[in-house]
Amino acid sequence: MTKVTMTVNGKTRTAEAEGRTLLAEWLREGVRLTGTHIGCDTSQCGACVVHVNGEAVKACSVLAQEIDGAEVTTVEGMANADGSLGVIQQAFQDYHGLQCGFCTPGMVMSTAALLKDNPQPTEAEVRHYLEGNICRCTGYHNIVKAVMAASGQQVAPVAAE
Amino acid sequence: MPKDTGIGASPKRREDVRFLTGKGRYTDDINVAGQAHVVFLRSDVAHGTINGIDTAAAEAMEGVVGVFTAMDFDGVGGIPCGWQITDREGNPMQEPKHPILAEGKVRHVGDPIAAVVAESVSIARDACEAIEVDITSLPAVMDMKKAVQADAPKVHDDLTSNLCYDWGFVEDNRQAVDDAIKSAAHVTTLELVNNRLIANPMEPRVAVGDYARHDDSSTLYTTSQNPHVIRLLMGAFVLGIPEHKLRVVAPDVGGGFGTKIFHYAEEAFCTFAAKQLERPVKWTASRSEAFMSDAHGRDHVTKIELALDADNNFTAVRTETYANMGAYLSTFAPSVPTWLHGTLMAGNYKTPLVYVNVKAVFTNTVPVDAYRGAGRPEATFQLERVVDKAARELGIDPVELRRQNFIREFPYQTPVAVEYDTGDYDATMDKLLEMIDRDGFEARRKESESRGKLRGLGINCYIEACGIAPSKLVGQLGARAGLYESATVRVNATGGLVVMTGSHSHGQGHETSFPQVIADMIGINEDQIEIVHGDTANAPMGMGTYGSRSLAVGGSAMFRATEKIIAKAKKIAAHIMEASDEDIELKDGKFTVAGTDKELAWGDVTLAAYVPHNYPLEDLEPGLEETAFYDPNNFTYPAGAYACEVEVDPETGFVEVLSFAAADDFGNVVNPMIVEGQVHGGLAQGIGQALFENCAYDEDGQLLSASYMDYTMPRAKDLPMFQVDHSCATPCTHNPLGVKGCGEAGAIGSPPSIVNGVLDALASGGHDVGHIDMPLTPAKVWAAMQGTGGTGDGTAHARSVGGPAKNV
Amino acid sequence: MYNFELVKPTTLQDAVAALKDDDAQALGGGQTLLPTMKARLAMSDKFVALSGVAEIRGICTDDDGRICIGGGTTHADVAKGATDYPALASTAARIGDPAVRNRGTIGGSLANNDPSACYPAAALASNATICTPDREIAADAYFQGMFETALEEGEIITEVKFPVPQKAAYEKFIQPASRFPLVAVFVAKFSDGVRVAVTGASSDGVFRWSEAEAALSDNFSAEAILGLSAPSSDGMISDLHGDATYRAHLVKVMTARAVKAAI
Repeated sequence: MTKVTMTVNGKTRTAEAEGRTLLAEWLREGVRLTGTHIGCDTSQCGACVVHVNGEAVKACSVLAQEIDGAEVTTVEGMANADGSLGVIQQAFQDYHGLQCGFCTPGMVMSTAALLKDNPQPTEAEVRHYLEGNICRCTGYHNIVKAVMAASGQQVAPVAAE
Repeated sequence: MPKDTGIGASPKRREDVRFLTGKGRYTDDINVAGQAHVVFLRSDVAHGTINGIDTAAAEAMEGVVGVFTAMDFDGVGGIPCGWQITDREGNPMQEPKHPILAEGKVRHVGDPIAAVVAESVSIARDACEAIEVDITSLPAVMDMKKAVQADAPKVHDDLTSNLCYDWGFVEDNRQAVDDAIKSAAHVTTLELVNNRLIANPMEPRVAVGDYARHDDSSTLYTTSQNPHVIRLLMGAFVLGIPEHKLRVVAPDVGGGFGTKIFHYAEEAFCTFAAKQLERPVKWTASRSEAFMSDAHGRDHVTKIELALDADNNFTAVRTETYANMGAYLSTFAPSVPTWLHGTLMAGNYKTPLVYVNVKAVFTNTVPVDAYRGAGRPEATFQLERVVDKAARELGIDPVELRRQNFIREFPYQTPVAVEYDTGDYDATMDKLLEMIDRDGFEARRKESESRGKLRGLGINCYIEACGIAPSKLVGQLGARAGLYESATVRVNATGGLVVMTGSHSHGQGHETSFPQVIADMIGINEDQIEIVHGDTANAPMGMGTYGSRSLAVGGSAMFRATEKIIAKAKKIAAHIMEASDEDIELKDGKFTVAGTDKELAWGDVTLAAYVPHNYPLEDLEPGLEETAFYDPNNFTYPAGAYACEVEVDPETGFVEVLSFAAADDFGNVVNPMIVEGQVHGGLAQGIGQALFENCAYDEDGQLLSASYMDYTMPRAKDLPMFQVDHSCATPCTHNPLGVKGCGEAGAIGSPPSIVNGVLDALASGGHDVGHIDMPLTPAKVWAAMQGTGGTGDGTAHARSVGGPAKNV
Repeated sequence: MYNFELVKPTTLQDAVAALKDDDAQALGGGQTLLPTMKARLAMSDKFVALSGVAEIRGICTDDDGRICIGGGTTHADVAKGATDYPALASTAARIGDPAVRNRGTIGGSLANNDPSACYPAAALASNATICTPDREIAADAYFQGMFETALEEGEIITEVKFPVPQKAAYEKFIQPASRFPLVAVFVAKFSDGVRVAVTGASSDGVFRWSEAEAALSDNFSAEAILGLSAPSSDGMISDLHGDATYRAHLVKVMTARAVKAAI
């Protein structure tokens, strides 16, 4: 076991890690931030996406020891300073971009990464970018709308009437 | 005019706040002090005799707390099945024992053989590798049609064969159906496969068992859609724990889609081991483990015949289905191909004669049970495919052929037992046609052709039975449980309400939509109402969430309980305002006395209920808390019409879904936003079944699609924006909310649209291929266009190996 | 996964030294290796993480005009940075998904040589040179079959040098579950001829389709491909997602499309 320290959502956090401890495990078990979810073991579902030093990564495919000292942002760090929902989180709620909520942390973190690179993505760009995030509930329709809305673009209202 | 609150409004979901900020509490987020972890050693062969298990090395490893095999479960019951089908001869189905850990034989890849409980998951996994199992492999039973032959190897040696049951429905109609088919002007025949699927909720299953020495009670935290059902099944039938000593908690659950209904061995194991070891025991499935231990769905091989008279009226439908049960009977498995399938074979049509035969077969595969739609997608798919094929054979418009045969008078007694209470199939078809601009299709097809693509339009109808289910009826049909739902409404002194419901929300948004109903009934704000679910310690006995039943059955229970609350509150108000009960009205959160200006706020009455100083104590108990159990007296029958446009790349066989439109009749709608979201998700799963998803085994029983590397989950890029409409509403006539249920419709109605659409596209390019079995992968579509394997290879063999063998 | 010791060198020299240990194995971005280790299909007592070795990251152009990419450069960085070789940048931009591209490296991909990976096709079609601390290996000699390369035990890729073709394109037909290529073709037209590399199709891994190269060297047009028969399906992969015949057919279709895209 080695002590690993990272700045997580602006706070210094330290917890032990073995060589094999994944960032996702370190976050969930080491520092008890359970917002990052593990939905697969082949690096495909994207429920575990977090930002490491500003870049989106799959926390299930990064070793905790390898990024000792990194700045990490998780879904727990995406709210506004006053605790209210951040812009992306708010758009997901406004446009019903989540149902069971399990894939949601990864969706929010991927969206944040997308909008950083591409502040006004088209629908096709959103769908392409989210290729590494699987949702089983929404059919993506409302996720795509939420992402577009979070980027400040006009989207149709949430329900038909 | 959109409403802001109450029934018909789309308030933002309150549960979203915790999910969006990482504060959800899913089962894997729960860690009980002192917990140990279990890893299961699972069979890597499909069928074999266990000659011996040597656990000595594992037990000696540091950090190992205990090693379990079947021997440790002497005297413990098997995992029970909740439904007993009676076969054509009147005999009960064959029902094998389903042990918690394999006894003597392994029967599918993933069958748990032993379990190691250790201080950490890693140690447990290391120790599992140290267990030596001596297994003699046996031939795997994979092909359903071969499995029922006399000389087939048996999955269960103590059964007479691999045939679980041979069910005929309605047996008395059989001869008449045969005669009608013989004398028909035209018969369209179709053999097809309903592909095996894996539900794949994004949260893998988790169980945490805990045992309290001080009161000899057990607690199980589990990823379940129905904690009370698990408490009953596990407590009464497996572990022998009385329900008052067993608490089952299903906290936030990351999707279910059916596969989290069932009682699983891992739940029983964790509860059992926690007591044995006097330590909490936690199990978290990996996705790979989920693929071989979560109940699978569908997997039917069917031959359907549709008879028409000279005027194209449907005169009879006859079907024969082989339904895969897998190696053991999962909780609801026997009911899926029978009562959730045969009863829907009339569809939207007034076909006077229907006969359904289902042979349920044991194979060396993971158990198969209900998955979103459960039986109804299988019924819809074959019926809507055969109708489309008939239209093509007869050269008539597929919409007109359907319309001509629509049921138009309600209530309508079908020839397959159920009675549709209400519906308007023309209305949803009209709405659909309005949504899709059918007249413009030819121009769009030409545009596609100019780009070298083939464009197709697929249209179909569906009907389903949900709001499951009238207990008396399902009891007659073999259910070993009632299918009512419960709610306790607890009004607090200060006027807020807590609703404890037996329905479970794992994505459906009950915490938001249920309060909308009560807010309307009482006239208070939704934020005064809290929904509590998922814990047997505080909700009354409930049957949980599946079969699109939550609002129709659970919501109705809540409605009835709230009616009781209001009736009592009116009595209290009448006492305080010195008026007669009958003169009290409740509106906008105020009690008034008819014909006077007297009024009393909701909060004044609730306070009086708990501070009963000025209170009719001689006639009325203090307090304001009521429970209702609602047992529906019929199923509900959502129905609709779906269409899609697809484009096929003739060079590669790649299918792109360009548009998808769904016109649904769900009766009354409480929260349109949530309803639309449910339809979107259902459509994605139905399109997934039609184009992508395929749970495939090889002939030796090895799971080929064993991870997301090979099991295709639809991604954002694979799907279009959907057009959905639910404005054609014929309210359900027999529940107080007039609601029908919307959770499964999308998955039920969409697969035939896609297949009809692709075949239409291919036909436009001169490839009249008749049928292609799902999923319509590029390889299969391309092969069909080359004339190699296009026609559905409707054999059990094909199904068992994951589609037409020649294409694989 | 099995436990191991993680070593994190910051210089190439230290990395090479750490890898001299028989029990040590290099860890690039880990996007393939870590899932494999989770399945307990790969193990080693010691892993040497290359992500901290700055000198093997980055993109530059050498005196011969070749695009030189450090072995530890992520797919995302190649997608953004290989601007002088758009077909290569576009290939990198289509590997996996964005989060995977932020970790996965070109060196890791080429060292693994998955028969369905994207980079091997780009490297082979571009006639790239794979550089290790001690030697340079021509792509034609480097790829030696499924998961097999010319690398020795402990030898790591420090740099990959890509000659920039006159015209090039990569056409990928995805396997829908894994999003790896079911079949993908990289076509590169140089002044002295055309190279066509195919990934995803063959159980021997990436290969050059010589008939197509000859035809295209003669006449660089999609029509030149349409005149050919599909390559033999012998040795092509057959699986759930497509049989050998289908894959062979796709090789032809994707080659023609790549040529069209390159023109």
